[in-house]
Amino acid sequence: MDWFVYGFAGFSIAAAIMVITRKNPIISALYLCLTLFSLAGLFVMLGAYFIAAVQVLVYAGAIMVLFVFVIMLLNLDPEKLDIKSFHPPKVLSVFSAFLLFGFLAFIFWNNKLTGITGVDTQALVDQNGGHLKVISAKLFTTFLLPFEITSILLLVAIVGAVIMAKRRV
Amino acid sequence: MENIPLTWQLIKIALILVMFVTMAPFMVWWERRACAFIQDRVGPNRVGPLGLLQPVADAIKLLFKEEFFPAKANKFLYLLAPCLSLFVSLFVFAVIPLAAPIEIDGKILYPQIANINIGILYILAISSLGVYGIMIGGWSSNNKYSLLGGLRSSSQMISYELTMGLAVATMVLFNGTFDMQKIVEAQAGIHWGVLYQPVGFFLFLVAALAESNRVPFDLPEGETEIVGGYHTEYGGMKFGSYFFAEYLNIVTLSAVMVTLFFGGYYGLGWLNNYLNGGAILNALLQFVAFGIKVFLFLSFFIWVRWTYPRFRYDQVMRLGWKVLLPIAIGNLLVTALLIYWGVF
Amino acid sequence: MDYSKVMLITSAAIFAIGFAGVLLRRNALIIFMSIELMLNAVNLALASISFSLNSLDGQVFVFFVMTVAAAEAAVGLGIIIAIYKNRKTIDLYDLRLLQG
Repeated sequence: MDWFVYGFAGFSIAAAIMVITRKNPIISALYLCLTLFSLAGLFVMLGAYFIAAVQVLVYAGAIMVLFVFVIMLLNLDPEKLDIKSFHPPKVLSVFSAFLLFGFLAFIFWNNKLTGITGVDTQALVDQNGGHLKVISAKLFTTFLLPFEITSILLLVAIVGAVIMAKRRV
Repeated sequence: MENIPLTWQLIKIALILVMFVTMAPFMVWWERRACAFIQDRVGPNRVGPLGLLQPVADAIKLLFKEEFFPAKANKFLYLLAPCLSLFVSLFVFAVIPLAAPIEIDGKILYPQIANINIGILYILAISSLGVYGIMIGGWSSNNKYSLLGGLRSSSQMISYELTMGLAVATMVLFNGTFDMQKIVEAQAGIHWGVLYQPVGFFLFLVAALAESNRVPFDLPEGETEIVGGYHTEYGGMKFGSYFFAEYLNIVTLSAVMVTLFFGGYYGLGWLNNYLNGGAILNALLQFVAFGIKVFLFLSFFIWVRWTYPRFRYDQVMRLGWKVLLPIAIGNLLVTALLIYWGVF
Repeated sequence: MDYSKVMLITSAAIFAIGFAGVLLRRNALIIFMSIELMLNAVNLALASISFSLNSLDGQVFVFFVMTVAAAEAAVGLGIIIAIYKNRKTIDLYDLRLLQG
């Protein structure tokens, strides 16, 4: 079981590195889909089946389709795809990324999360016949306001995207 | 929970996979015989008895065709696209229950590749990845007809995914669970899903026809309109992969329709009482019942294909967004109200 | 069974990789993809901490983050299309009109 976690984690990190280092944007987009898949695998290992399915459904199945659509329709010339792909301050950027990783890894490794427990233990989940019921109950009672605001946000995004990409008649 | 040893699981997975993959050559043969019957002719009858070896002949022909690549096409993506389509079509079938859980000396065996408690969500998620194979194939062929076909097909597929998801959501709301086994168990006796959700069934049927790019929603690959759409530049076994993937998709969607709306594997239980068989015979009869129902739906798909002309692209979009989506939302609202008032 | 530390380190790594992608690349689409990588890293961190704290609030939050990311991707890609139609390029070096 451990090897699944290490495998998915290593695979997602490798695919993420490939995303930022490819010249062709479509290949980057496909590697990003691969990263999203391995992250969904990690979600499954945590027992969060619902968000694993929603990750594949929404992120890999809709958002990335949108990305690939846009890349295909922009139809960039092949010559423009690779001239000087990287911004000159390469060493400083990579060094600051490593610094950020070191900082975050230090905090996450020495966390003090042991001993705190919330209420949604595995027993509660099993009692309710699956985590889906507990999440849905929370979504419509405690988190009702963010739910409604998110629906308005999506409406605004639809209207905005249509206006942005419309042909100026 | 399933707790059979690993070797049994692997054997079960191999058996179900082999059975599923054999459905595609069967569909090739049945489609040609059925369409010949509708068109008042005989159909394939030379290659083996009743033409049953015709798919084998087709496969051998496709294997021996020339492998070419279009000029200035991205070779990697051109080769990847049929693989993506096939990959997605094979993955979706994993959660469809073929029979009730069997108990063999204290160990429970689920007759499906995987029994997960978010079964329907998994099907929706994996089938939403079917867009990639077509889109990438259409674009990487470097051909304007392919690009048009790929764009049309992907926009059609993502539009009808919404209707499909909402039709499925009404069934989920009605049963209170995403688990496919429990949804089938709730349809025991005469409580088939279609009697409670006829509108949902109709919406799902139309959306399934659109998702699998079948006539009347077949403009992306229509031969007389855009030369062949996204598979214009594909020949040989690459075209065979697309073909295979499309037939497997049809089989899976028929299986999902049977599971959600037509009682799944129930139907031949009375025969078991008559024959006084045990658990294994029961499972076998359930599997046969499931197979007969899926076969009837496959025949229905073929029947529709050879009866109707195809929609124009703007008609397809108008149907998807302006007609089916409001009906689906209204259906969801009405179902939710009926459940709230305690009618269901 | 406690994979939290491994998942959190992975989340930190993917976040740093996305961060490096934003700083290193000149193509606007790849920068956008790196931002999506960062959002996904945050999702992973939220899910793994919610697992170790025995609270499902983290998973509901992940759901909201995904929805907001979808909305942001739609509008952001619309902006990129509009920029491309106007200037025929999405190389950030050619889009520096407001730079002082």
